[in-house]
Amino acid sequence: MDSVSEVESIVEKLALASGLDEDDTFRVTMATREAAVNAVLHGNEYDPAKHVTASFENNGQSLIITIADEGKGLDPSKLPDPREPENLLLGTGRGIFLIRSMMDEVNFRQLNPGTELTLVKHLAPSGEKDLASAGS
Amino acid sequence: MALTIHSREVDGVTVLDLSGRITLGEGSVQLREAVRDLISKGSKNILLNMGDVNYIDSSGLGELVSAFTTAKNQGAAVKLLSLTKKVKDVLQLTKLYTVFDIYDDEASAISSFK
Repeated sequence: MDSVSEVESIVEKLALASGLDEDDTFRVTMATREAAVNAVLHGNEYDPAKHVTASFENNGQSLIITIADEGKGLDPSKLPDPREPENLLLGTGRGIFLIRSMMDEVNFRQLNPGTELTLVKHLAPSGEKDLASAGS
Repeated sequence: MALTIHSREVDGVTVLDLSGRITLGEGSVQLREAVRDLISKGSKNILLNMGDVNYIDSSGLGELVSAFTTAKNQGAAVKLLSLTKKVKDVLQLTKLYTVFDIYDDEASAISSFK
């Protein structure tokens, strides 16, 4: 789990350096941690022979985080909604829901083997941010 | 920062003062063991003081739910006190806010068990 903490720390620094406010930094960091935990736990099933790959990019418009595992893969369309009454008291099944809730875009790609998640948070244009600051 | 747990008794209620993060590998297991230990020793009224919990992940949410259902199945009750904004937001997002009895002040929480 040390690698999860390392990924979390890198993303937090990147989010702050990209100009995201505290709330958005929290959302991006939490979503990334959930994705990394999923990759280690559910994707690679703690197999030390399998790797998790993480990449980070600020392209000026968005912050893009990619997390890939080498597991069996998953079908995101088959994940139940944890907010439904029959799922509310389950002990698991909230990770992907939290990731989707906290990012602007989440894309899944099946690898051979594994799953790649791409998490996207849009950055406010600098002009808009300046206006928002001036008005507050 | 890992989770630290301090236990105290107030009017027949066991209050667990939690501080730190409740996440996979950092606090989930401690919380599970603390609650199960109390229930196995016969505690019926358990209040989790979350005032110093600044982060909870999906694993931590699962542990809260597990504590709630384990207690209920044993005729005990687990309630929550003083949620921080971040924890409250996550509980609302996942609709778990509707599952738990949640209090802002300790006196009201303690008297709710009577």
